[in-house]
Amino acid sequence: MGAESSPKIVIVDESPIRAAILEEGLREAGFTVVLHISEMQSLLARIYALDPDVIVIDLENPSRDVLEQMFQVSRAVRRPVAMFVDQSDAASIQASVDAGVSAYIVDGLKKERIKPILDLCISRFNAFAKLRDELERTKSALEDRKVIDRAKGILMKLKGLTEDEAYVLLRSTAMREKKKIGEIAQSILTASELLK
Amino acid sequence: MTAPLRIGFIPLVDAAALIVAVDKGFAADEGLDVTLVREVSWSNVRDKLNIGLFDAAHLLAPVAIASSLGLGHVKVPIVAPFNLGLNGNAITVSAALHAAIMDEIEGDPFDPMATALALARVVAVRRRSGAEPLTLGMTFPFSTHNYQLRFWMAAGGVDPDEDVRLVVLPPPYMVESLANGHIDGFCVGAPWNSRAVDHGVGHILHFVSDILVRAAEKVLAVRQNWSDKNPDVVAALVRAASKAAEFVAQPQNHAETARMLAQPERIAVDADVIQRTLDGHLKISPDGTIRQSSRYLLVGREGASRPDPVQAAWLYAQMVRWGQTSFSPEALRIAKAAFSPELYDAALGREEKAANAPQSIGAFAGPAFDADDIAGHLAAFEIARRT
Repeated sequence: MGAESSPKIVIVDESPIRAAILEEGLREAGFTVVLHISEMQSLLARIYALDPDVIVIDLENPSRDVLEQMFQVSRAVRRPVAMFVDQSDAASIQASVDAGVSAYIVDGLKKERIKPILDLCISRFNAFAKLRDELERTKSALEDRKVIDRAKGILMKLKGLTEDEAYVLLRSTAMREKKKIGEIAQSILTASELLK
Repeated sequence: MTAPLRIGFIPLVDAAALIVAVDKGFAADEGLDVTLVREVSWSNVRDKLNIGLFDAAHLLAPVAIASSLGLGHVKVPIVAPFNLGLNGNAITVSAALHAAIMDEIEGDPFDPMATALALARVVAVRRRSGAEPLTLGMTFPFSTHNYQLRFWMAAGGVDPDEDVRLVVLPPPYMVESLANGHIDGFCVGAPWNSRAVDHGVGHILHFVSDILVRAAEKVLAVRQNWSDKNPDVVAALVRAASKAAEFVAQPQNHAETARMLAQPERIAVDADVIQRTLDGHLKISPDGTIRQSSRYLLVGREGASRPDPVQAAWLYAQMVRWGQTSFSPEALRIAKAAFSPELYDAALGREEKAANAPQSIGAFAGPAFDADDIAGHLAAFEIARRT
């Protein structure tokens, strides 16, 4: 690989969305040769065929252990591979494990060229995790609202309350019992199922 | 209660003592507040233990040694004050490879020398016919599975690096890979061998206890410096794991243990499959043939819980034999120190003098293992990758 050319980066990730986010980030940062492997069957053969300089894999992927085999000197390995995060990079290991990503490099690529790649992967992984958390929260908020609406309906019918009164009753009960309003609503639904 | 502990594990039956210690309350009885974290790869378990995201871990015995020696990854001294299990792995092969071996076998099919010699003949036939080499799956470069497969086939004259392909596969992918023909066999822990048999795609050829009478499999691992700073916590962990292991060892507790391990947050497979492993009562063929062995997996009995430095020395010798490192007396000392019967004895306030039995390894081939003369011992084996 010439000093000026862009290193070939392979992203091993079964999540197409996260891989796309990562790929886009790497391209924007000027790393033009980015490839994606989403199929884990015969992973090593696929990696050898692509002959990358850097491999990025998410920590949720069990196939990470497959990559560890590349360290083993055997006839199948054309170039030895080393984990880029070495002894002196404790902070990098911590940051990448926290973010849920790991990177491997093929020997010969200079460390200072790798640092920006890993930093970018870490920030993109963190961004993806945040996105996913927000999505989860939105989903459960929606779910809560449905439950609360149904609980309000039950209270209105059984106790002859208006919608506002039903909501106030739910909220004050939740506050008194130090529970979420969604939980109180859910227990009303459960109770009404049982009493049917 | 002590500070909360995070302990990593891989969903395998040999995590039983750890899971039962937490879920049956033995850890809480010791004043420990433990959260178990299920992981998907040994690399993750190792890295999270190394950097302190985990306080302790269910770890492949050879990874504790490799980490202490800095082999394959960052050097972080690890110590194992408790042995979670002995044996427990099996070698499973496809129906086609099973038939080929049985065609060539002379003698008892449960005799690993007979099967290894038959495998050598199968390999020779395939080579003459220009067929692709057999591909066999194992779980990690520094794994008991890797060394056990290699030890077995090399005894029959099969060179594991030249005559076959050994590939790392995550255990959950083993059965599928065997079914679709990507591999011809594998060595893995429970419950995956039974899963392959239940799915009708594999035959269990050997229990690892056929190959080695006693083989350290998974350890409870902690960082050496963490252990030095938290001796009381380590001792409490050992006591909790020890009580749990003794619980698991009782046949009348197997059903309850299997139910605990089967939970979605733990191993997440049928309790029935787990119980077969604990009972040592395994279906070895899709036709329903059962094989019974009390030695299939040893948890909390026959001294299995006490770390044995001789076991560490044997694993280190395999790393040397297969070229993962070159021999040095200092490295051997470090490897042996990674298994600490001292911490175990201190925690339990007793010494199980007979625990580390004379038949410490009991390999089916080669001279008896001599931890004090690794070079001399390895010289007896013809097939090796000495560096």
